[in-house]
Amino acid sequence: MMRLADVLRYSLQSMLGHRGRTLLMLLAMAIGVGAVVVLTALGEGARRYVLDQFTTLGSHIVIVLPGRSETTGAAPPLMGETPRDLTIDDALALYQSHAIGKVAPLVIGSAPVSWQAREREVMVLGTTAEMEQVRQLKMARGKFISSSDPHRGSAVCVIGHTLRKELFGNQQALGQWLRIGERRFRVIGELAQQGHSLGADIGDLIIIPVASAQALFNTESLFRILIQAKGRDSIPQAKQAIKKIITERHDGEDDITVITQDAILATFDRIFTALTFAVAGIAAISLAVAGVLIMNVMLVAISQRTSEIGLLKALGAPDFEVMLLFLAEAGLLSLCGGVAGLAVGMASSFFLDQAFTNFTVIAPLWASVGGLSVALLTGLVFGYLPARRAARLNPVEALTRRR
Amino acid sequence: MIELEAINRNFEVGEETVHALRDINLNIDAGEYISIMGPSGSGKSTLLNILGLLDQPNSGIYRFNGKAINQLAEDEQAQVRRENIGFVFQFFHLIPRLSAADNVALPLTLAGVEPDIRQQKTAAAMDALGIAERAQHRPDQLSGGQRQRVAIARAMITEPQLILADEPTGNLDRSSGSDVIEALEALNQKGITLIMVTHDPELGGRAMRRLKMDDGKIIGDHQS
Repeated sequence: MMRLADVLRYSLQSMLGHRGRTLLMLLAMAIGVGAVVVLTALGEGARRYVLDQFTTLGSHIVIVLPGRSETTGAAPPLMGETPRDLTIDDALALYQSHAIGKVAPLVIGSAPVSWQAREREVMVLGTTAEMEQVRQLKMARGKFISSSDPHRGSAVCVIGHTLRKELFGNQQALGQWLRIGERRFRVIGELAQQGHSLGADIGDLIIIPVASAQALFNTESLFRILIQAKGRDSIPQAKQAIKKIITERHDGEDDITVITQDAILATFDRIFTALTFAVAGIAAISLAVAGVLIMNVMLVAISQRTSEIGLLKALGAPDFEVMLLFLAEAGLLSLCGGVAGLAVGMASSFFLDQAFTNFTVIAPLWASVGGLSVALLTGLVFGYLPARRAARLNPVEALTRRR
Repeated sequence: MIELEAINRNFEVGEETVHALRDINLNIDAGEYISIMGPSGSGKSTLLNILGLLDQPNSGIYRFNGKAINQLAEDEQAQVRRENIGFVFQFFHLIPRLSAADNVALPLTLAGVEPDIRQQKTAAAMDALGIAERAQHRPDQLSGGQRQRVAIARAMITEPQLILADEPTGNLDRSSGSDVIEALEALNQKGITLIMVTHDPELGGRAMRRLKMDDGKIIGDHQS
């Protein structure tokens, strides 16, 4: 039985003896593995980006929406079931639970905001002082709206970074009176630049007390309630408490939807993981193509080297040893190609990572290991047929071919 | 050492059956020096291939050292070839990308012999054939006579009992051809059985036993 080191040396010499063919196969394999690495790195980067966006939303958040989101599949109910509005009192009642840390009611609308001659249509958030901590908002200047009775709306506002620039330019905004709709509000604070959060531009909005917003938009109901649980462990408890408290207040009707950040996070995590796998799968097709190429090139190699195969047999190599030699060559070729592809993939991921500052592009370990093993496997699977053909050559015929 | 009993070998060529060997009976003792001559198509190469276990007879029995070996499994036949038989071909059949030394060592490499022992034996074999200083040259850097001596070194490196040579000088000029023949005869003098196919009567005449073949039959068997 031939020694492993000799098998590898023999294959390596054969690879070096046919450089053009070897380079071609290395290239095909390298493209395949490189594609797997880069695409999974991008998919993984996208997943992390979205998860990061969610964590900026604040920690252990529970969101309450009016209405039930479950669909029953039956015809729309004719009576009852119209969701009750959530009110400020509903929100305040949630403080009964020990699991709940902070409650921030939220009213959202859009209104023209003007100062002197400038006017802009801006998103208006009506909330309470708690929002600052729940959403982890940072102040650039001044202070956030203060904690007073949520039912009483004072005429103060906090403006976003972009809005401040658009309305006031280089002038002092703090202490100025601006108009929202027909009402006048005094600017008491400016939000720091925090970029986007979940699609909403934190820079381009204005925050006013919740009661003022209700008056402004002429509504009693809340858009939603943001709740910060005492800790990560108390989220399930908080969820239950919310259901119980609101149901009691709504005459036994469970007409709200409670969303936890974890659930949203898990959903997005699943979506992006699936996406990454799908992309990796598509890239793996190029590996299969490389495999077919390996098969073709090995078949050509065998017809070029029939006399060598005849010789090996005459010198006493049994069929399986001949097969082993050719399989080793195919395996070695695909492995080298795979390593080259890994290097190319890592390098491109690195450059992409440098190019996108807020987007990490790093190939996950499973993609590198997987890409490499699939490459090796492809080489062996597609190398099997040619190798078997080599092993089955008739030595007399193989040797009579002149070389 | 070798007994052939009623060996037949047929080839199907289109719808015709060609009888390459017809009822060959032959006994060969260890240490003999045999030449096989005859016109092309007389079956001498087929006989050599069957003796070398590269080809299987359609019927008959081939005994090697008293053991019937034509019914053995493929890997067992490979083992017989590996341990007992050396081949020398008309077209040398050296592997072009390997050095002369690696070509000589190839049978040992295939058999899984340790590198140290391999090196020792290769050096000795190449020394015996006067090509030691060519060890690191590739085949295309060697002359025809040198290539065939590399091939002979490869055939003897496993210390076989039998060397089969198919037109070993067919591709060589007269002087390098006689070098090669002398090298083969030297091996025979050490006790290795030598069977050589040739159609050069002068060359064939040097053998102690001369077989003549025609139309798949042995028609002459002269001993001197």
